[in-house]
Amino acid sequence: MSEFDFQGERETWGDLGQKALKNRSFFIGALITGTVLFMALLSFFWTPFDVTELDIGNKLHWPDTTNWLGTDHFGRDVFSMLMVGARNSIAVAIVAVSIGMAIGVPLGAAAAASRSWGSNLIMRTNDFIFAFPSLLLAVLFTAIFGPSAINAMIAIGIFNIPVFARLAHGGSLALWQREFILSAQTSGKSRVRITIEHIMPNLLNILIVQGTIQFSLGILIEAGLSYLGLGTQPPDPSWGKMLSEAQTMMYFASYLAIFPGIAIVFAVLGLNLLGDGLRDIFDPKLRRGR
Amino acid sequence: MKLSKFALRGATALAMLAMAVPALAANNSVTLGMVLEPTHLDPTAGAAAAIDEVVYANLYEGLTRIDSKGVVQPALAKSWTVSGDGLTYTFMLEDGVKFHDGTDFNAEDVVFSLNRARGEDSVNAQKALFKAIDTVVAVDASTVKITLSPSNGSMLFNLGWGDAGLVAPESADGNKADPVGTGPFKFVKWVKGDRIELAKSAAYWGDVVVLDKATFKIISDPAAAFAAMMAGDVDGFPNFPAPENLDQFRADPRFSVVVGSTEGETILSINNAKAPFNNVKVRQAISYAINRQSIIDGAMFGNGTPIGSHFAPHHPAYVDLTGAYAYNPEKARALLAEAGFPDGFDAEIKLPPPSYARRGGEIIAADLKKVGINLKIIPVEWGPWVKDVFTETNYDLTIVSHTEPQDIGIYAREKYYFNYKSDAFKGVMDKLNKTTDTDGRYKLLGEAQQILSDDAVNGFLFQLAKTGVWNAKLKGLWENSPVQANDLTGVSWSE
Amino acid sequence: MITFIFFLRRIAFSFVTLIVASIVIFAIIQILPGDPAQLILGMNAQEDTLAALREQMGLNAPFYSRYFEWILGVMVGDFGTSYTYSVPVSELILERLWVSLPLAVMALSLSTLIAIPAGVIAASKHNKLPDVSIMGFTQLGIAIPNFWFAMLLVLVFAIKLQWMPAGGFAGWDVGIGAGILSLALPAIALALPQASILARIMRSALLDVLAEDYMRTARAKGLTERMTLWRHGVRNAFIPVLTILGLQFSFLIAGTIIIENIFYLPGLGRLIFQAIAQRDLIVLQGLVLLLVAAVIFINLLVDAAYAMVDPRIKRAYHE
Repeated sequence: MSEFDFQGERETWGDLGQKALKNRSFFIGALITGTVLFMALLSFFWTPFDVTELDIGNKLHWPDTTNWLGTDHFGRDVFSMLMVGARNSIAVAIVAVSIGMAIGVPLGAAAAASRSWGSNLIMRTNDFIFAFPSLLLAVLFTAIFGPSAINAMIAIGIFNIPVFARLAHGGSLALWQREFILSAQTSGKSRVRITIEHIMPNLLNILIVQGTIQFSLGILIEAGLSYLGLGTQPPDPSWGKMLSEAQTMMYFASYLAIFPGIAIVFAVLGLNLLGDGLRDIFDPKLRRGR
Repeated sequence: MKLSKFALRGATALAMLAMAVPALAANNSVTLGMVLEPTHLDPTAGAAAAIDEVVYANLYEGLTRIDSKGVVQPALAKSWTVSGDGLTYTFMLEDGVKFHDGTDFNAEDVVFSLNRARGEDSVNAQKALFKAIDTVVAVDASTVKITLSPSNGSMLFNLGWGDAGLVAPESADGNKADPVGTGPFKFVKWVKGDRIELAKSAAYWGDVVVLDKATFKIISDPAAAFAAMMAGDVDGFPNFPAPENLDQFRADPRFSVVVGSTEGETILSINNAKAPFNNVKVRQAISYAINRQSIIDGAMFGNGTPIGSHFAPHHPAYVDLTGAYAYNPEKARALLAEAGFPDGFDAEIKLPPPSYARRGGEIIAADLKKVGINLKIIPVEWGPWVKDVFTETNYDLTIVSHTEPQDIGIYAREKYYFNYKSDAFKGVMDKLNKTTDTDGRYKLLGEAQQILSDDAVNGFLFQLAKTGVWNAKLKGLWENSPVQANDLTGVSWSE
Repeated sequence: MITFIFFLRRIAFSFVTLIVASIVIFAIIQILPGDPAQLILGMNAQEDTLAALREQMGLNAPFYSRYFEWILGVMVGDFGTSYTYSVPVSELILERLWVSLPLAVMALSLSTLIAIPAGVIAASKHNKLPDVSIMGFTQLGIAIPNFWFAMLLVLVFAIKLQWMPAGGFAGWDVGIGAGILSLALPAIALALPQASILARIMRSALLDVLAEDYMRTARAKGLTERMTLWRHGVRNAFIPVLTILGLQFSFLIAGTIIIENIFYLPGLGRLIFQAIAQRDLIVLQGLVLLLVAAVIFINLLVDAAYAMVDPRIKRAYHE
């Protein structure tokens, strides 16, 4: 498990900054992610058109100078919808990753620290959740509690828990073998304290990297759920829903099927590149990729 | 590189092969697409319209049947007489009728079928149709006498519903999976989730049908439906699910597009018992705030006729009330202010799956927002919809198409999900039930429509169109749907 | 001996997982809102009719007795009778399996067929143009949602070029060729993201192996570069690839749920949606259990293969 080889002492932020400037993946990824984030934030204050305003008479216009990416079947401006959609995608993904981290990391770290029957139970429950195809349970979850962006966040979040728990568990286990932890133990610090003071800071790097990847997965799954009508609900625009609505219209308005897809690919690609870049920067040993 | 080229050529050859097969067999067989798969094939034990869309007039027959114009015609009963007081119906049955399994059809089967449908442990979805029946007696092998109490002017129409299909005691229990009727087609096979195949029944008692084989292909996804039509995988879609694609079919000489009417009054249902909707001014404000034409244009791409009350425009007793609440947001705001909501209010709208509801709901939400009513859109599946909205009336607003024919009487029901209560309306309906002359009935039906409009019980949107698309050479499919059916008995290919 | 005990423990754990899963699935599905009887009979059904049907469907029995009746049946292969179709659930599932299984196999083989050579080429031309471009493509492949890719495939190959059907399943009885053809586009749509991930894994695993000492030895022994690569490198790199293949099975199942809907294939994925919409709970719980069992089983197989190839895993389990 080369992922958990912690080489040498932690680097200074200055060193990391130096590496970041040189890393191409990081640079492109950060640029794309920054653009998507900027668009999402901008949509709170300004969009070319109001996305809640329907204008049926102006429906299905091909892209032109007024509507840069055309209008949909309700006459709404596609570019504006993509901007607001970015905000919804990001919100769902952020909350889902936060749920996964907030619950998964403490569980995994605790399981590694205690090594009792309790830790066994935690990790076995983890394996158990892993056995469910995530989208399948997300579909069931939204069928029970009703389709909404909030429920999509929770459903995706639940499946991030075991991912982060495993990572924190594996990472902590490797760290517990290390000399500086052993010396902390001999100095009489409790296991809880060691976990907080020494383990967690050392896990930060791999958590950031995994967080970025889960973030991009979150955007993909949210798009999938919305495509199935189980995610973000109207009148809020979302990329996945725009694609599902475009399906019957793509034969005469193909732009409706093209742009939202490009938006998804753009956002996911950016995050993945960013994640790869961060991984290289934090741990040069893993430079060769996933 | 070589490999991929070879693979492509192979694939193209296979594709051509696959397309050639249906083309050769097309002369006496037909494949029709349908959106919903029937849950089973026993029309006497389920409400799903999809069941009737496969079996009505094709597999099963009743004493009477309803034709493409909504008129009652003889079926297994070749004639009948009605007593002067309207209480006794005597049906003379066709001779030499056999079920698909070879057993004879006679009066005992009629007695069995009707008693099964109205009996204690009946699972017939339209049990109410048979409520007026008092006794069913086999006078002899080819004569059946039905007595009513009280009389019911629609009995002959009721007996023409798919739910009144005639079955045999020996095979009735197995009809869900292996349907046995007396119709011109017999059941061949059902590949669940994909298609249902029927074939011409050689032993049919009546006029022999032209088609040798009929297949109903289940395609629930509107985009897939379009692709299947274009590729020729299906010969037609009697109810094409995506109105936005109709123009492309119109532009293509291979297809006929036939937009007819259904019995579906599509309405914005309002919970009349719940504040603030119990205030008639609020309901009227909603009626003024809705732009019907933009809903028809935006949700149905122009297909559909606006309505002003709960009545089908093609019915002779129809009164045009669409002008009563012409789109007028100013007036809506004024009415809301009068009702005590100058700043509007928040409410929920629950939307079932059909696209007329989901899209229409988005447009209505945008319309109502302009007058200060903020709607939260809650999409629901049919299961929760039936439970929350229909059974428990736990809702503010919803959109649904009421597809039962001539169903204005639902507004007089003691308990119906609109929670509408009007003694005036009930009075008109009572009078209607006692009136037999056509002119008198039409006048009363007109009054009923007016009351519903005055009270703005619901937001009356449009009559659902039947958007049929089929191969231009295919003849004999129904233009309108007075009952939910794909009657194949008159279908043929022109050369 | 150690291997044997390891497997016994592994199998026992899988079995317990499955039992717990069946209880969880049953419980989850019972709380789905909506009454199956009302859905079958529709809006005009009378209360007594509904009660009669509920009794007929066995919906009135208490929770635990329905669970035991169900799970005992499942153990002997009887999954119950579908509420909506009135046919045995096992029959329904089996019918659909003939679509979903070939689709999964096609997608998996396709992704392996693309990914292994791509990974090997990338690794052997490390940091050169082929490597950089293959890695670029895989980045793209991972980022493209499979349902969007499916839409684009339909747009290009079925609508514009008309090379193959846009959807639907011809049926195996029409001919194997027609069957495979109707699964071709869906399989490609499913395979692309899988292949991208797999190619990356293959590449990095191979790079790890190539850096090992015994590879240098092999080269020193006079084997050509290409022979070393295939005879030693690829074989040893297969271990991590195998693990990922196992993990991908779960993603594949999730993928088929969406993809089958796009191509209207009558497979298990569409059956799930249909069962949810029609509240055919007995079909739903049988299906979900089956899919979970499949994932558990595949992971067991992967673990077994892994342990046989690499004895270090067994030690890890005993620590």
